[in-house]
Amino acid sequence: MEEVLFFLAALGALGGAVGVIAMRNPFYSVLALIVHLFSLAALFLLLTSAFVAAAQVVVYAGAVMVLYVFVVAYVGGGGESAWEPIPGQRLLAPLLGIALFVELSIAVLSSSLLALGTEGPDVKAGFGDPAAIGRLLLEKFLLPFEASSILLLLAAVGAIVLAARRREGEGDTPSEHSTIRSEGVSPSP
Amino acid sequence: MTIEWYIVLSALLFSTGAIGILIRRSPMVILLCLELMLNAGNLALVAFSRMVGNGEGQVFAVIVMVVAACEVVVGLGLIVAIFRRRLPLNVDDLRELRG
Repeated sequence: MEEVLFFLAALGALGGAVGVIAMRNPFYSVLALIVHLFSLAALFLLLTSAFVAAAQVVVYAGAVMVLYVFVVAYVGGGGESAWEPIPGQRLLAPLLGIALFVELSIAVLSSSLLALGTEGPDVKAGFGDPAAIGRLLLEKFLLPFEASSILLLLAAVGAIVLAARRREGEGDTPSEHSTIRSEGVSPSP
Repeated sequence: MTIEWYIVLSALLFSTGAIGILIRRSPMVILLCLELMLNAGNLALVAFSRMVGNGEGQVFAVIVMVVAACEVVVGLGLIVAIFRRRLPLNVDDLRELRG
């Protein structure tokens, strides 16, 4: 049963990942990423980490992906140019990716971690549930927890500063566009 | 399932994200591929946490999620700013800073 669930979730995660890089329309890429994230949440559940799975579904597949969908709807799809700055880049990239996969597999599987071939030790009933994670976060990892909250605040402020509409005549002038456009940049779709 | 399977799957997902970053030109899809790579790292963290039988790796995974959310927010803010200035949303055209 566990094997069946693992292979289903692994297929979903891999299919979602391939969908993200293969879809021409960014909107479909976002949808494929949502499939990928749900499959990963199932894998986290198989690894008895309920809290990470719940956070994955609620925070990632819920909140972050809604942000993506809004921005895709605002910016719009638009095709990508077929121009390659490095000749043969689209053929070379998958080869490099496969090389990276082989390297990573060799590095991990040939390490002397004997426990890799096991299913991990038997754990207590409360392993990975919100109570255990909360206790770890607030007792052992209090400083990283607070630092991550400051990081979130900074990111929110930074996003507002970056994306805020500028007032008239402040930087965003038409002459600036024309100078950038005139340097041989293809017009936006 | 043994832990090896999870680790190999994580390596596969990471390589997929890396391929996506190399072949796609739209900054939005590149951000999505970054998400793929971060999630592959998360899967490895949780798998190793299960292998050791210790919940600390899961705390790492949660912190990685926080960092990923920050990265998404700033990246999407940049994309909206680029779009507002009517510049092309293509990483090959946006090469002003390359020197």
